Amino acid sequence: MPGAAVHISGLSKRYGDFKAVDDVSLSIEPGEFVTLLGLSGSGKTTTLMAVAGLIKPDKGTIRINDTDIVSLAPERRGLGVVFQNYALFPNMNVFDNIAFPLRMRKRSTQEIREAVGRVLEVVALEPFADRRITALSGGQQQRVALARALVFEPPVLLMDEPLGALDRSLRDQLQTEIKRIQREFGVTVIYVTHDQEEALALSDRIAVMSDGKIRQLGSPDEIYERPSSAFVAGFVGDSNRVAVRLGEARGELRVVKAEQAPELELLAGPAEGSASGAEALMIVRPEAIELSLERPQAERNAVEGQIEMREFLGASIRFTVSTPLGTMHVRKGRTVAAAALKPGATVWTSWRPSDGLIFPSAA
Amino acid sequence: MTEKSFTWRAGGLLLPGLLFLAALFAWPVARLVATSFSDPAGAFVHYERIFLDPVYIRVVGRTMALSAEVAVLCLLLGYPLAYQLNRSGPLGKAIILLCVLIPFWTNLLVRSYGWIVLLNPQGIINGLLREAGLIEGAVPLVYNTTGVLIGMTQIMLPYMVLPLAAVMSRIDPTLPSAARSLGASPLAAFTRVYLPLTMPGILAGLLLVFMLSLGFFVVPALLGGPRDILLAQLIDFNINSTLNWPFAAALSTVLLGATLALYWIGDRFFDLGRLWGTR
Repeated sequence: MPGAAVHISGLSKRYGDFKAVDDVSLSIEPGEFVTLLGLSGSGKTTTLMAVAGLIKPDKGTIRINDTDIVSLAPERRGLGVVFQNYALFPNMNVFDNIAFPLRMRKRSTQEIREAVGRVLEVVALEPFADRRITALSGGQQQRVALARALVFEPPVLLMDEPLGALDRSLRDQLQTEIKRIQREFGVTVIYVTHDQEEALALSDRIAVMSDGKIRQLGSPDEIYERPSSAFVAGFVGDSNRVAVRLGEARGELRVVKAEQAPELELLAGPAEGSASGAEALMIVRPEAIELSLERPQAERNAVEGQIEMREFLGASIRFTVSTPLGTMHVRKGRTVAAAALKPGATVWTSWRPSDGLIFPSAA
Repeated sequence: MTEKSFTWRAGGLLLPGLLFLAALFAWPVARLVATSFSDPAGAFVHYERIFLDPVYIRVVGRTMALSAEVAVLCLLLGYPLAYQLNRSGPLGKAIILLCVLIPFWTNLLVRSYGWIVLLNPQGIINGLLREAGLIEGAVPLVYNTTGVLIGMTQIMLPYMVLPLAAVMSRIDPTLPSAARSLGASPLAAFTRVYLPLTMPGILAGLLLVFMLSLGFFVVPALLGGPRDILLAQLIDFNINSTLNWPFAAALSTVLLGATLALYWIGDRFFDLGRLWGTR
């Protein structure tokens, strides 16, 4: 079955005084991969479990295509769910785990054998059909959970931190696999994670959540390039944060004065609305900053500083530079020029004014 | 000990306990078994009597049946208790554990006489039923098998609840939810996933209660009737009344053998040694 559209509207759930989910609305296209990204307690898992039917929301509607499913028991919803700890049945082997949803649907033995064989092939676990669950590695268990949730061809697949328990290299590999399988089945996916890299890599759209609310909904590029708030900017990707006071507009840009170094004249991206003199937060991505020994051209923001630390991260190098603006993190590709910069060296940090994102400091 | 090897130092520490057990437990048991075979008329006369005389076979059978009934009753009462115990918060856990364990810690005689006060024909329960107009006369609740069942089920309940709760606490609580999401009704999620996973606890509890019930004496003696005595009472009767010690020894040996056989079955086939802590 091709993926279905999911419409969540006005969803709320409280536990005592705690608003776990606070008026969340979200429309998902058929076949779309949408990630709910947030820290624990942000409401992402509660939202997902409400869609699955395992948590009863206080308010709101959840529609799959055009059917309201809020009042349906989980077993009547027909959605695939992959749990954080996989929730495989230890009293059954791999085959029986995957066959479980088909047996519950009273499919024939022949049909079950064929369908299970097909998904085992998709997740590359054919030789493991008779294995006990406890005899599988974490990555294999994860694939069994995925196969079990997909074998009855649900229109929507719900995944709760499915890679949370695995180590880095396995996660990367399974990310690719999840994406491939999703395309193959054409299933709509709602994916929950706290890992922003995972969210950026997998999603068609990301909903960044905190305190039970969606803070921003957009494509990974939008979320990364044009975060709507300092919270989102800080949560997705690394960021340097500088407290500033807004000055006058200059063309499309704005003059800003750093609180710590008002003598420096800096320009930053457009800040609509906020009045001159207002306090604000300027955020600069570490990879947007250049390092040079000579002072760069005038149209760039340039601040002189001293390299404090140099961390080798494999494909890139991260510099910690102490400047009048405070400590700045800079990420550079592993080039000869970058490799030549050593701790103690005096350098110019510089960035394009439009790479300095301005947010009201209250956020 | 990090190494599982025998050292003389550790052996020395074990010695007092071993001597104590050998002198006061192993030796008397060996003497008991020997006594049962020591009749001048032939080594097996007492066993022939037990297994061929319908009177004694009936006592053995009744003991087994009653123990099985107690075990099943404990399971029916204990399963929901263990389930709730495992799901409750700290306060709920404490309340359930206290309700299960306080009777267990209470002196056997006090509790048995307590049951008599509740259950006897002029007792509280019959009195309430009469007042409510539900019965006339009295329902025979004590001095018969019913009384023994009630009393023994209460005392045996912890032996069922604790192994069950231990097994349940190791079950991933998301499994029933996962089963529901995959299309299982609440009943199917229970019978296909939860129940099979608790089976080791069920078997451990059943065997434990059954084994302990086989040799139970005080409760049947106080709450039971004179006509349907159990194995332990028969042993007591032969020791204290007819002074036929070799026959009492043979009955005890049968009881011991049955218990050991059950223990072996549980350990060998149901991997219960793990639950009982011997492995």
